[in-house]
Amino acid sequence: MSVTLNDYLILSTIIFMIGMYGALRRKNLLMLFFSTEIMLNAVNIGMAAISKFHGDLTGQMFAFFIIAIAASEVAIGLGLLVLWFKRNNNINLDSLQSMKG
Amino acid sequence: MFEVVAFYLFAFLTIAMFCIVVMTKNPLYALSSLAAGMIFISAFFFLLGAEFLGAVQIVVYTGAVMALYAFGMMFFDSINDIKESVSNPRVTFMMTGIIALLVVAIFIAPIIGANATAHYPIHEAYGNTQDIGLVLFTKYLVPFEVAAVMLLVAMIGGIILAGKKMDISITQLSEQEIDNHKTDTEIAKDIK
Repeated sequence: MSVTLNDYLILSTIIFMIGMYGALRRKNLLMLFFSTEIMLNAVNIGMAAISKFHGDLTGQMFAFFIIAIAASEVAIGLGLLVLWFKRNNNINLDSLQSMKG
Repeated sequence: MFEVVAFYLFAFLTIAMFCIVVMTKNPLYALSSLAAGMIFISAFFFLLGAEFLGAVQIVVYTGAVMALYAFGMMFFDSINDIKESVSNPRVTFMMTGIIALLVVAIFIAPIIGANATAHYPIHEAYGNTQDIGLVLFTKYLVPFEVAAVMLLVAMIGGIILAGKKMDISITQLSEQEIDNHKTDTEIAKDIK
């Protein structure tokens, strides 16, 4: 009995679904960002697993670039969030709509 | 045997931590359990023989991203519980369930890449870090440089968005002007 590629992919899917549930349910923008991080990490697990079981380094390379993108996303996103909080004094997603539709 | 036990232990811990992140109302609980989940995920990378990726995961995610979130949280009212009004919780469950089914269908479907060959095979003799360095600086050099530029742009963007008084460059002012500027702002504050 050993851990197979399918086990890792199922784990990756479960974590991705947790993140997606958070992204759909959350109304606070900071919590929405956390859910995005969870989804990115789930994909990273899948990439590393495929890299191991295929004997190919490409999966790990993509995981590195995903980490770089996540880092820059956090920097820009938090900057925008701080700006929004200074102006409106809350970070609720419902306060973002300015058009009455 | 060790691998199986470690896999299931860390899988349980990771899923539990991320469930806390998604479910809790307290932002500080969410932040700390997210950091814990990131560290547990690095355990999978070590299990998969991607030691460098595991180290990067700990350094970048728990070191940089979580610290950035922690500093960003100082700007928000993070002590209070979050008030969220979910108008229709069933829709969220339904959508997540449908997407989960879709992903299962994708996994069950016959895999086209079953007989794919490795473009950049893993060399057991080199070790993970050296192997990654070889591929990253030969085959993936251009994406690596583009990622570096992207990080620079993100850094400048973050500074400009979150920083204030960016219209005045202190390095270009003389001592006298800096003193004058300081007194000006203090006077302005007093008037307010």
